[in-house]
Amino acid sequence: MLRFGLVLAIVMVIYWFSLSGYFDHPLLLVLGAISVLLVLGLCQRMKILDEETAPYLNLPKTLTYFVWLFKEIVKANVHVMRAVLSPGLEVSPKMVKIKSSPATEIGKTMFANSITLTPGTVSVEMSEKEILVHALLTEMSDPEGFEEMADRSAWAIGELAENRQAKGS
Amino acid sequence: MIVSLILAGADTVASGAMSIDIWEVIRNGLAILSLLAGLFFVLGGTLGVLRLPDFFTRLHAAGMTDTLGAELILLGLIIQEGFTQLSLKFFLVAFFLIVTSPTATHAVANAAYQAGLKPLLGKYKAPDPEDIGKEG
Repeated sequence: MLRFGLVLAIVMVIYWFSLSGYFDHPLLLVLGAISVLLVLGLCQRMKILDEETAPYLNLPKTLTYFVWLFKEIVKANVHVMRAVLSPGLEVSPKMVKIKSSPATEIGKTMFANSITLTPGTVSVEMSEKEILVHALLTEMSDPEGFEEMADRSAWAIGELAENRQAKGS
Repeated sequence: MIVSLILAGADTVASGAMSIDIWEVIRNGLAILSLLAGLFFVLGGTLGVLRLPDFFTRLHAAGMTDTLGAELILLGLIIQEGFTQLSLKFFLVAFFLIVTSPTATHAVANAAYQAGLKPLLGKYKAPDPEDIGKEG
């Protein structure tokens, strides 16, 4: 818990500096420090100092994942764009249940958000094991296509593949 | 139009120093390309919202606007701005957008589904304008 508190404090200090840009106003720096301590104190009292509040330890992995996700988004965007701009407007909406394999809550959130972020697929309802997905084109609802995304989003949040399989079975 | 915009960017630089800064020209060109691509996707998203048949399919088009459209516009602004505090703020805006917009889309889709709105499934094809005229 101390570790997550420290991580959160560092991130908030960087955030404060990047938004304010003040480095030489003693009064403002002190006020900024007080704000950071206040937030830390509130998190401590609410007992939410865990990896969900401060998921920054896996930042390199998460950023790598975002690069991959951005490529997927571009690909899917071109697909949807072609469907929308074609004169016939040929779409084939479909609802499918996709197995949600990440073990942690934050991993599931990451996965469901990635599905929604990719145009052509929207996660409609989530349960413990499955996500109900609405796909704009039937070829986008292929379950195998989602498996790679699930694996990668679990990896991005720091879940190990072995742990996930053990928990899933 | 693009060429004239790039030249306008080069002109502002050239007025300070006599020679054209080639990096400035390249940067402005990339920024303009990114902005135009972003606008293209925003336009496509808007057309999609207008053309698609039902609520759930329209969500996809709206998603297109606030993922690639907004991100490309922000990327263009970052390239234009260079490495400053302002571009860091643009980066934060892009990050928050990429985290919050799917959450909002999911909330809207989930609310519609819970309320019992039945999605249109199967194949859909836009009716031919001539057929509409005949039936009417």
